[in-house]
Amino acid sequence: MHRSGELYGQFETMDQQRESASLGMWVFLVTEVLFFGGMFMTYTLNRSTYPDVFGEASRSINLTLGAVNTVVLIGSSLTMAMAVWAAQVGKTRLVTFFLIATLILGTVFLGIKGVEYHEKFVEHHVPGLDFNFELGASPATNAHAQLFFSLYFAMTGLHALHMIIGAGLLLWLIKESLRGRFTASYNTPVENVGLYWHFVDIVWIFLFPLLYLIDRH
Amino acid sequence: MSEHHIVSPKIYLSIFAALMVCTALTVYAATVDLNQYFRGLNVIVALAIATLKASLVVLFFMHGKYSPKRTQLIIVCSVFWLAIMLFMTMSDYVSRAWL
Repeated sequence: MHRSGELYGQFETMDQQRESASLGMWVFLVTEVLFFGGMFMTYTLNRSTYPDVFGEASRSINLTLGAVNTVVLIGSSLTMAMAVWAAQVGKTRLVTFFLIATLILGTVFLGIKGVEYHEKFVEHHVPGLDFNFELGASPATNAHAQLFFSLYFAMTGLHALHMIIGAGLLLWLIKESLRGRFTASYNTPVENVGLYWHFVDIVWIFLFPLLYLIDRH
Repeated sequence: MSEHHIVSPKIYLSIFAALMVCTALTVYAATVDLNQYFRGLNVIVALAIATLKASLVVLFFMHGKYSPKRTQLIIVCSVFWLAIMLFMTMSDYVSRAWL
């Protein structure tokens, strides 16, 4: 059985092996930056074309829930970082504790996101489904507001999908850590899932001001 | 190769605190009309704070500060390519109206 932390033949030292794993994860994250980058590009272009409607549409999403979610997600990044630390210093039971804390915070984030989505469904703010931005909105306003909400759902939806995948990875890590797999000498999976989790956090760090905080004054 | 660096919980907690302060700051900044001083200042401030937060996450939570040089190069590359995409595309769209 591999994955137990022995030195593979192609590496000279454990450090080299660990750094290669981390480098590979980073290369994957670079492709993710460009993947999300395309959406941010589309967003930038449309927002600069229809600044007023984007501002109006942004004000209709729930700022409180968005801000609370930002705190929850950054909190989950903290517990994830602590899980990596616990593994590095060999505190096996703390690893499990912090991984479970991260999973709970991630789930809370998704739950709050669900409440927000529900609000949008109730308000007819879901593109294509009986969309009507507000009473008496002109066809042009409606069309441009749909652009905003299409981007809102695509970007937060893609982000949420990444969270769900992350939650799956966390479940696997928790299972492995309960068996005492992660020690001071072998914790690469915790580190790499950590990198992924922090990346998803960074995406949200940009999504929050761009979607929720346009012209709130 | 250098010894594997372990970041202490104390640093993680201070970074978390800094991220919380930045989050409060960005919400507050959005409620103030900065555009009256300079057009687009609101979005510039929002993105500056977001970039600062992202940098803190990359440098400390993701150990970017303690990573080997070649990993750091990969990290910088991602930002560089993203900048090319945003900058080139926007300069195209903005300058179309000049023709």
